[in-house]
Amino acid sequence: MSKMVPVPSNSIIPERDLDKIPVLETKHLGIDFGGLTAVEDFNLTIGRTEIAGLIGPNGAGKTTVFNLLTKVYQPTRGTILLNGTDTANLNAVQVNKAGIARTFQNIRLFSNLTVEDNVKIGLHNSVNSGMFSSILRLPRHWKSERAAHEQALDLLSIFDMQDLADHEAGALPYGAQRRLEIVRALATNPSLLLLDEPAAGMNPSETAELMENIRKIRDTFQIAIMLIEHDMNLVMGICEGIAVLNYGKIIAKGTPSEIQNNPQVIEAYLGKQKEG
Amino acid sequence: MNLLLNLINGISLGSIYAIIALGYTMVYGIAKMLNFAHGDVIMVGAYICFCTVSYLSLPPAAGILLAMLVCTVLGIVIERLAYKPLRSAPSLAVLITAIGVSYFLQNAALLIWKSDPKVFTSVVDGWPGLTLFGGQLRISAVTIVTILANIVIMIALTLFTGKTKMGKAMRAVSEDKGAAQLMGINVNSTISLTFAIGSGLAAIAGVLLCSAYPTLMPTTGSMPGIKAFTAAVLGGIGSIPGAMLGGILLGVIEIFAKAYISTQLSDAIVFAVLIVVLLIKPTGLLGKKINEKV
Amino acid sequence: MKKISKTTRSNLITYALVIVAFVVVQSLVAGGQVSSSLKGQLIPICVYICMAVSLNLTVGILGELSLGHAGFMSVGAFTGVIVAISLQGLPGPVRLLLAIVIGGATAAVAGVIVGVPVLRLQGDYLAIVTLAFGEIIKNLLNNIYVGVDSHGLHFSATDTASLGLDNGIVLINGPMGAVGIEKLSTFVAGFLLILFVLTVTLNLIRSRSGRAIMAVRDNRIAAESVGINITKYKLMAFVTSAAMAGMSGALYALNYSSVLPKKFDFNTSILVLVFVVLGGMGNIRGSIIAATVLTILPEALRAVNDYRMLLYAIVLILVMLVTNNPILKNGWNLIKEKLAFWRRKTPETAEKGVGADE
Repeated sequence: MSKMVPVPSNSIIPERDLDKIPVLETKHLGIDFGGLTAVEDFNLTIGRTEIAGLIGPNGAGKTTVFNLLTKVYQPTRGTILLNGTDTANLNAVQVNKAGIARTFQNIRLFSNLTVEDNVKIGLHNSVNSGMFSSILRLPRHWKSERAAHEQALDLLSIFDMQDLADHEAGALPYGAQRRLEIVRALATNPSLLLLDEPAAGMNPSETAELMENIRKIRDTFQIAIMLIEHDMNLVMGICEGIAVLNYGKIIAKGTPSEIQNNPQVIEAYLGKQKEG
Repeated sequence: MNLLLNLINGISLGSIYAIIALGYTMVYGIAKMLNFAHGDVIMVGAYICFCTVSYLSLPPAAGILLAMLVCTVLGIVIERLAYKPLRSAPSLAVLITAIGVSYFLQNAALLIWKSDPKVFTSVVDGWPGLTLFGGQLRISAVTIVTILANIVIMIALTLFTGKTKMGKAMRAVSEDKGAAQLMGINVNSTISLTFAIGSGLAAIAGVLLCSAYPTLMPTTGSMPGIKAFTAAVLGGIGSIPGAMLGGILLGVIEIFAKAYISTQLSDAIVFAVLIVVLLIKPTGLLGKKINEKV
Repeated sequence: MKKISKTTRSNLITYALVIVAFVVVQSLVAGGQVSSSLKGQLIPICVYICMAVSLNLTVGILGELSLGHAGFMSVGAFTGVIVAISLQGLPGPVRLLLAIVIGGATAAVAGVIVGVPVLRLQGDYLAIVTLAFGEIIKNLLNNIYVGVDSHGLHFSATDTASLGLDNGIVLINGPMGAVGIEKLSTFVAGFLLILFVLTVTLNLIRSRSGRAIMAVRDNRIAAESVGINITKYKLMAFVTSAAMAGMSGALYALNYSSVLPKKFDFNTSILVLVFVVLGGMGNIRGSIIAATVLTILPEALRAVNDYRMLLYAIVLILVMLVTNNPILKNGWNLIKEKLAFWRRKTPETAEKGVGADE
């Protein structure tokens, strides 16, 4: 933390985070799929407690960026610095341990397990009881199970979901499944939380509540959050910095008001939405 | 000279595996199921041919035709009765049903034909085969016929799937069932056709297998079935050229292992090759890699 | 007092079921009310229960299809025979215990050898590789000769003569299998092994490790995204499963005077898989019941001897067709929902009600 990190000139990091190492910094990040470039020259810096938005038309490569950051795909080019450390040699599991957690656009819960178990799986690396202490039901097992149970309920209370703890995750309504994914991701104790269309399928009042909760999560856990979202009210309402992606390239970066007034963005994205 | 003979015998055995593997691979491609009863259809085909020739004293050609007819019908019936109702069921349920069908065929054969082995008369008995290099290389008639049959089947199938309407429908269904249906392809009849072709080929394989190894029992189809399944996976399951390649490779490896390493351990070697290939190429030699969308 | 959770209650019922069944059978045997053919089935039933529960860990809990479970059983069986027969000086039960423990350990080693390279394959490819390994193990055992004399154990890969035994005995005789076995297995030992396997499996499932294993089953990519090491937990489930199969194998072999390698072929693997599927994937109690019923069934069908395997096949197909029939399935789900609704309405009965299966 002693060293100041040079921040790119076009950075949109909030002022309060400027003197800290950014949680994420990508340089010339790119990936090709069989000769086809899906993401190119992706440069983005996210502050330690920033809420950032990644928007763009369908097929722009937003989810691909998330997949690159979480190492579902290995980047073809470029570097990813997580809290100042290069993640080049890390796999998906190690990237999570290093501090990135995510949700999925097409919900990926452990649908046969209970809500509580889903969160406990998120807590996997913070509770420690090995296979043998569990099989022999040693005191260590009970202690860690109790801790996991309490932590899981605490986390579920963010979304007021404690009462659903015993329910099967796959049987929950859509909105609750999305919220559970966020809780599960939070359980891994990330420094950067990636949310892939968190409001998809939610009604306006649910979305409003979600916005509040995203802010609350940032404030309580003091983490950075980056979200992909098509709901412009949500994006403009809570994001401090926004990057716009089109055809795999960032076409604009800025504050919500800057983005809203950027002619290129209006042409590529917002304009299209008005027509539709 | 021995090397050449072993190679030819290997290709011949491999041709039988390849013909059986085609049935596995086509059914897998189109119905995404491991049809474990396929090996037993081979056995049924061989028994039908045996009965036609030995009991009805008809010529071998009639035996082969009747065997193909019976197996084709059997294949369609099995699909309609046992597999079709399970098309949306978990794949394990279909697998267990296929195993049930396999038990059924074996035990029905046991009741009809009893457990004592039948001595199968080769369908190419009239011709002694080729003698080359002044008697140094003797290739039996069955070996030659098997290899030729395999070549003919391979060409015919390639033309069928590439050129004909039904063949194209088959490829479309194996690519995407839903889309094929929307394009007006009758998925049910296409799947039936696949089972029919696979089972008809199984009959030919059964006759060739028993012509080369003339002991016929209700369990005759099991081991060649498993090996052909291995061959299909080795070549890349779902791929027709893969089944051919896998089958022939497997046959050659088996004969060479028997000749030069150990007769007893040949099966272990064959299966070990499969494992090594899959570790290097997880979807088989000619299989397509499928990426999961995140 | 804390409320007992649904799964705890379900597990207790499973243990109770096993213990009650054991007590009843044991008293019937003592009273001479059990036919000799059924008596002969008691140890195999225990063996198949353990096999089914252990395979369920791989197939139901980990979600990977294994078609070579009998391979691990055979490793345990043959190791167990070598251990039990070469330790002549010790009392029977101790030899049996050592045979089971060492048989299980050897099968676990085999599980690691098989699991490390192949567990990165998925779905049907993993299934075929386990099948291949099962066949390889069987093939190798067909070619192993082991003998024991005053100098210790002798191994050979060619024949018994090359063992060079000095007045000793042959334990494993190639394709003839394990010969000259002393019958050390007992029904009580079988019962204790079931309890052991059950405890290991149920405790593993309901733990941090078990949750990780099921997370891998339900969604591999999501499991990785929350920092779960896929390979580690796949291997954990697979090796535990192999070890318990090895233990069952040792108990099985020491129940006969000789055991052929052929006994542990593809068909045995399939037989156990059928128990697991019919009992319900991931449903441990179901595996126990299915293994018991389906081991007794062919015996019970002796009256129609010629047709019994044919009937077995038909029953198998019909059960699959009926349980997977969409209309019947929807109906059943509707009934379950109705039941759940009524339970929620009356919270007291919900507490006392019988827990649903896991």
